[in-house]
Amino acid sequence: MIQGIPIEHFLVVSTIMFFIGVCGFIIRRNLITMLMAVELILNSVNINFVVFNRYLYPDQLQGHFFSLFIVGIAAAEASVAIALIINIYRKLKNIDVENVNELKF
Amino acid sequence: MTGYNYTILIPIIPLVIFLVTGLLGMKWKPIVSGLIGTVGMGTAWLLSIITAGSYFFGGHHAEGFQTIIPFEMTWLRFTETLIIKMGVLLDPISVMMLVVVTTISFMVHLYSIGYMHGEKGFQRFFAFLSLFTFSMLGLVIATNIFQMYIFWELVGVSSFLLIGFYYQKPSAVAASKKAFIVTRFADLGFLVGILILSYVTKTFDFGQLTQPGTTIFGNAASLSFMGVSALTWAMTLIFIGGAGKSAMFPLHIWLPDAMEGPTPVSALIHAATMVVAGVYLVARMFPVIHFQAPAAQEIVGYVGGFTSLFAAIIAITQYDIKRVLAFSTLSQLGYMMLALGVSGYGGEEGLGYMASMFHLFTHAMFKALLFLGAGSIIHAVHSNYMYDMGGLRKYMPITHATFLIACLTIAGVPFLSGFFSKDEILVAALHHNKLLFAVEFIVAGLTAFYMFRLYFSVFWGKDRHYHHTPHESPLVMTIPLMFLAFASIFSGYLPFTELVTSDKIGFESEMNYMVAIPSILIGFLGIAVAWVLYKKESDIPAKLAKSWGILYTATYNKFYFDEIYLFVTRKIIFNYISRPIAWFDRHIVDGFMVGIGLVTEKASYKIKGMQSGQLQHYAFAFVAGALALALFMIYYLM
Repeated sequence: MIQGIPIEHFLVVSTIMFFIGVCGFIIRRNLITMLMAVELILNSVNINFVVFNRYLYPDQLQGHFFSLFIVGIAAAEASVAIALIINIYRKLKNIDVENVNELKF
Repeated sequence: MTGYNYTILIPIIPLVIFLVTGLLGMKWKPIVSGLIGTVGMGTAWLLSIITAGSYFFGGHHAEGFQTIIPFEMTWLRFTETLIIKMGVLLDPISVMMLVVVTTISFMVHLYSIGYMHGEKGFQRFFAFLSLFTFSMLGLVIATNIFQMYIFWELVGVSSFLLIGFYYQKPSAVAASKKAFIVTRFADLGFLVGILILSYVTKTFDFGQLTQPGTTIFGNAASLSFMGVSALTWAMTLIFIGGAGKSAMFPLHIWLPDAMEGPTPVSALIHAATMVVAGVYLVARMFPVIHFQAPAAQEIVGYVGGFTSLFAAIIAITQYDIKRVLAFSTLSQLGYMMLALGVSGYGGEEGLGYMASMFHLFTHAMFKALLFLGAGSIIHAVHSNYMYDMGGLRKYMPITHATFLIACLTIAGVPFLSGFFSKDEILVAALHHNKLLFAVEFIVAGLTAFYMFRLYFSVFWGKDRHYHHTPHESPLVMTIPLMFLAFASIFSGYLPFTELVTSDKIGFESEMNYMVAIPSILIGFLGIAVAWVLYKKESDIPAKLAKSWGILYTATYNKFYFDEIYLFVTRKIIFNYISRPIAWFDRHIVDGFMVGIGLVTEKASYKIKGMQSGQLQHYAFAFVAGALALALFMIYYLM
């Protein structure tokens, strides 16, 4: 229990982070920025998991484990995504998401 | 009573022949089909004669003839109460009809071997003849009205096939379609009549329907529609079916055109057997009509009377030899219907019924003879028209003699069969309805006149310019002629009053000279007029025709009934009913379906831009949707 900080503060922070992430994902055209926005969404969820675990079920660990999993998977996802982005850059000479429509036609 | 089990073979033989010659006929020489058909029909004929002999003359029948059902099986079982059976029913009229149908069919088979010799489709012709004979026999021996209906349609089909035998000829095709469609319209009435009747009585069985004093009509009186009882409706509708097959006015238009078929077909189907199916149907349902629906019986009588007069008048003006005979058939069928219409039930009262069946029998013989004789003439002259014929008596002695016998018979000359049967009809009409008697009396004179007009202009008068000298037909064609001439002369001596009566109990009848002598006189008057006008070629007929002017033209054109029908169908039904329906189908029904497709296509065209392939658009839609749902749930449902 973190002294004096009520749960709402954590939740507000994570909500703000989540919506920043969503907005970034929708608005930005740069693939790397979108990847960063996804990371923000994931981490806002992480905060939620940890906070709920800590405040609601202090004697259990599932929330912590989930957030560790998410961190691990996010790392893997980032590596794959960056590899893709590098390949896209090599092919198209830019990383604007609107140009990545080869498979559409 | 058993011992009639072999009667099932009578219809089965033609069916087997039809299947065999129809399926394998093309592999054989044509004559094989003809021989198989003829021999098979001969066997069926012998069986029928044996049946009739043992039925009518075996044992005592003081208490009346029994109805025998030697064979019956369940054919379709829809529910516990709705069962359709097939079987063989023997009673005086069906046994008599078996003899008529097999005799004429056998003669026509034999004759056709000569007549159709060398025709393309010889095997097909014989296959269809067998099909027709099978259907007609099935109709005759039907144990219930539904079996009759099934075979009724089958004879319609075989008639259609045989009228359209020369299917390369547009007129034959048109005639076969006309015959089929007109009779189909009438059969619709028949079917509805059957349905009403079986709804009221809960049975199809002739035995139960026609049993004297039956109680199945108990609740019928309470059922009515438009102020007319259900049974009267049923009987009138069934009579419409019969009128269609028997070509009663105003459904007569198909029969003259049906003469497009080969002549033996006209003899078999359109003179002797199929067209009397309507008369047979009315006779079969006679107790029901007479006791339950007297109004329908009146209709039968008047329609018959009118048809006989109407057709006899038209027959006077026709030049196509087969059409004269066709109208003569119409007229004689009218006679039979009329006799049923004026008949009572039981004993002497049932004279009309007996007379009708008697006339059916004798008419089958002499009219088949007339048609076969006409076929023989056409075979020799290669024309159907009377103005292409003349003086043929020198070239075709047998045809001439038999044709003369048939003409004398139909004209009602004493001691030939037609005289007896026609006389009985006149007596029956005199007892019940003076107006119809007068009509029939006139028709008797007209009949004699038009038959002898035909006879004199074909066999007497000047020789025409023939392509080759006409010659007598081969023996295979003249034997049937001679046989039928024999039958025409002597079938009048059969004791019909003791054999075929309305209540199956024989009665004694004697000649009514008050009727017989005038009818003989008017018959001779008709013959005499024809003698004067047509024996020697003269211009009197033409002058007479001219003096009648518009009446003659109208009669020559059959009172424009074909044109009226065409006008009604083409101009009125097509324009005011069919076209609006077609418009409705094309624009509303189809339009609805096409509209659904069109709207879908247009809508998808409009919204296909939404599938941009841009991940961010989808994500936006997804998030916006999720938010909207969340807000909805929070503020609306909670």
